[in-house]
Amino acid sequence: MNELVFFINNVVIAGSVTGSIYAIGAVGVTLIFSIMRFAHFAHGDMMTFGAFMVLLLASAFPGAGAAFGVPAALVLLPVAMALTALLAVGIDRAFYKPLRAHGVKPIVLVIGSLGVTLMLQGLIRLFSGTGGSSLYVDDRKEIFRLALPFEGVRAPVVITEPQLWLFGITLVAVVGLHLFLTRSRLGKAMRAMSDNPDLAQASGINTNTIVAVTWVIAGGLAAIAGTLLSLDVTFKPDLSFFLLLPIFAAAIVGGVGHPFGAVAGGFVVGFAETLAVFNWSVLLRPFRDSLPEWLTQAGNLAFVGTEYKIVVPFFILVVILVWRPTGIFKGKVI
Amino acid sequence: METKRADTVAAPSRFPLREAGLFVALLVAVLGVYAVMGGAYSTRMLVEAACYAILALGLTIQWGYAGQFNAGVMGFVALGGFSAMFFSIPVNEAFWDSELPGELGLVLLYMVAAVLMVLGATRLDRLGVPRKLRTLIAVVLGVVLYLVVINALRGVTDQIESRAGFIGGLGLPVGVGWIVGGALAGGVGFFIGRVCLGLRSDYLAIATLGIAEIIKAFLKNSDWLTRGTATVSPLPWPVPGPEAVGFTLARAMYLSVTAVMIALIFFLLSRAYHAPWGRMIRAIRDNELSAAAMGKDINRRRLEIFVLGCILMGIGGAALASFNSMFDPQGYLPLNHTFLVLVMVILGGPGNNLGTIFGAVAVYIIWIMSEPLALFLMELAVAFGEGAFGWEAPTNMDSRALQARVFVIGLLITLVLRFAPKGLLPEKVKHVA
Repeated sequence: MNELVFFINNVVIAGSVTGSIYAIGAVGVTLIFSIMRFAHFAHGDMMTFGAFMVLLLASAFPGAGAAFGVPAALVLLPVAMALTALLAVGIDRAFYKPLRAHGVKPIVLVIGSLGVTLMLQGLIRLFSGTGGSSLYVDDRKEIFRLALPFEGVRAPVVITEPQLWLFGITLVAVVGLHLFLTRSRLGKAMRAMSDNPDLAQASGINTNTIVAVTWVIAGGLAAIAGTLLSLDVTFKPDLSFFLLLPIFAAAIVGGVGHPFGAVAGGFVVGFAETLAVFNWSVLLRPFRDSLPEWLTQAGNLAFVGTEYKIVVPFFILVVILVWRPTGIFKGKVI
Repeated sequence: METKRADTVAAPSRFPLREAGLFVALLVAVLGVYAVMGGAYSTRMLVEAACYAILALGLTIQWGYAGQFNAGVMGFVALGGFSAMFFSIPVNEAFWDSELPGELGLVLLYMVAAVLMVLGATRLDRLGVPRKLRTLIAVVLGVVLYLVVINALRGVTDQIESRAGFIGGLGLPVGVGWIVGGALAGGVGFFIGRVCLGLRSDYLAIATLGIAEIIKAFLKNSDWLTRGTATVSPLPWPVPGPEAVGFTLARAMYLSVTAVMIALIFFLLSRAYHAPWGRMIRAIRDNELSAAAMGKDINRRRLEIFVLGCILMGIGGAALASFNSMFDPQGYLPLNHTFLVLVMVILGGPGNNLGTIFGAVAVYIIWIMSEPLALFLMELAVAFGEGAFGWEAPTNMDSRALQARVFVIGLLITLVLRFAPKGLLPEKVKHVA
């Protein structure tokens, strides 16, 4: 049974954590992809920016959380979301809108977003240095150890406080986005524009407003994802670069333009990563007496080492592009 | 009156004022660097700029000729560098005298056999096996065989690391490594191109970004092949090294080698650009639909040009690694090896080879000179802050000052895209009246 607990800790919980973060990131990417038709490479750095804003605010007001009994970072998260949303709209006005007005190909916007990536990275590193720092400025990270009520189980299931917050906030964000897209007027207009921008404009939808709203949502979600990731591990300025590929893979797996597909894709990629680096021989250990020797002798049954984790999203990306380029839920943009 | 077709009339030759002006300015800048920094340093800068020019030519045919955006130049550069290292450094006797080469060869044979078996399993439906069952068999077989092979490989590589360090090189002439480096990069480019080129151009950017990180991770962590973070040095040069003839002369000879390479590539590319093949490539870039309607095989042409660009990047990367005389997988950074090349191309003029070479040299000079400039400006800012506000500067200001260059590169990309999308020396498009 200890092996099962090990599995829960290393795969179920770890996979849900990475999956949630990829899911929130991929939703933003897929929204931008479906409204503005380009792959937004600066999304990872918008996440870092959001987390950095939380870090700054939490350093400035370390006592803000005590009044509510939660970490200061979480109380200040809405402010950081607003700031990141503002940044996203500003970036669009300053860099992407002129390019769109020129009627360039989408790939030029991709290059522009790479430029924005570098600018954000440079700015964040200029102000924060290149080292890491914890978002728990004045609070303590709670760690819950749940012992399972079985005979002979010594290892507890370990889950930390930021992970619980992560699951809760992911759920709220996804449900909220669903209600917004299906119930509200603006959300319906967004879906109309992602289906057919010309027709949407012809039927009186203000496309500029929709673009701005998309950036606000994407920026807010990016701030959530970046902050929750930094709460779980630590804040680092180069956080973003390793997130970019899994997030794009998740958006494409889910079918570009499908927010729910992106959520599903995020969890697919997250779990695939943790399952691939998990050492399966641990699970064989209880049965070692009844298995042939060559199987138990194989010391390491992990598919890839942790240092090659980035291969997993790439492999998924290649498989999905070969097998079904529209994604599992038939996305709109190919 | 007989009217002549416009494209058969010789265009009135005009003096290329813009080109001449820009290159004279570049020459003045180079001479200025020579005067200030001395011969050895400046020649090193020129050699590196020449290697970057080869990379930039590779990117300009992908982006400028064909409109494909490669966001992973770094990976192809690193592959070229690895190949230059592997073929040119001396043979490691400790490895070849043991039984390890045989074991490694056996694992490689297993790998080939496993691939063949999985490929065979995917053809089972020809024998009447239902398609779903075939897919299931192929996937299960693939997973099991993968685990078997990877475990065998781990065993052998651990042995190599503990007993021989790493497998060493082949001790062949440097040129072999460069050519194979190009071929390796081209092979990876072929694989990526096959997957992505039929789809939206964004997907190619995403996939190349990913493969670059994977190549770097592989080279960094395969200690048995590359010594990983321990780095390999020195790599031999194709010309007499500095210890034989002195720094300046040795570097000047290396520079002449790269210059000949650039001249050759430039000549061949200009021929290709004006040939029917080049016209076809540009037709596909400018209007895919009508090119397809003319019966052009779009995906095949795209694949050709993408692989060609990757080959050039591999060769350039190999020349760069040989020149640095050190192979350090961690030294490959997206900023230095992808985005710098991108700036060179879009600033110089995508699709214009002369403009690309101009951009490569000019941007590289600016890049090298910006380091002391950034440090100087940061010192000035710190001194001002301390003097005016009593601000205590953090200790790591130097590394932060260098990060400011990242911001400048990003700003440059966005500004060029907005205000000079065709670069300083735009591609010349013949207009037929």
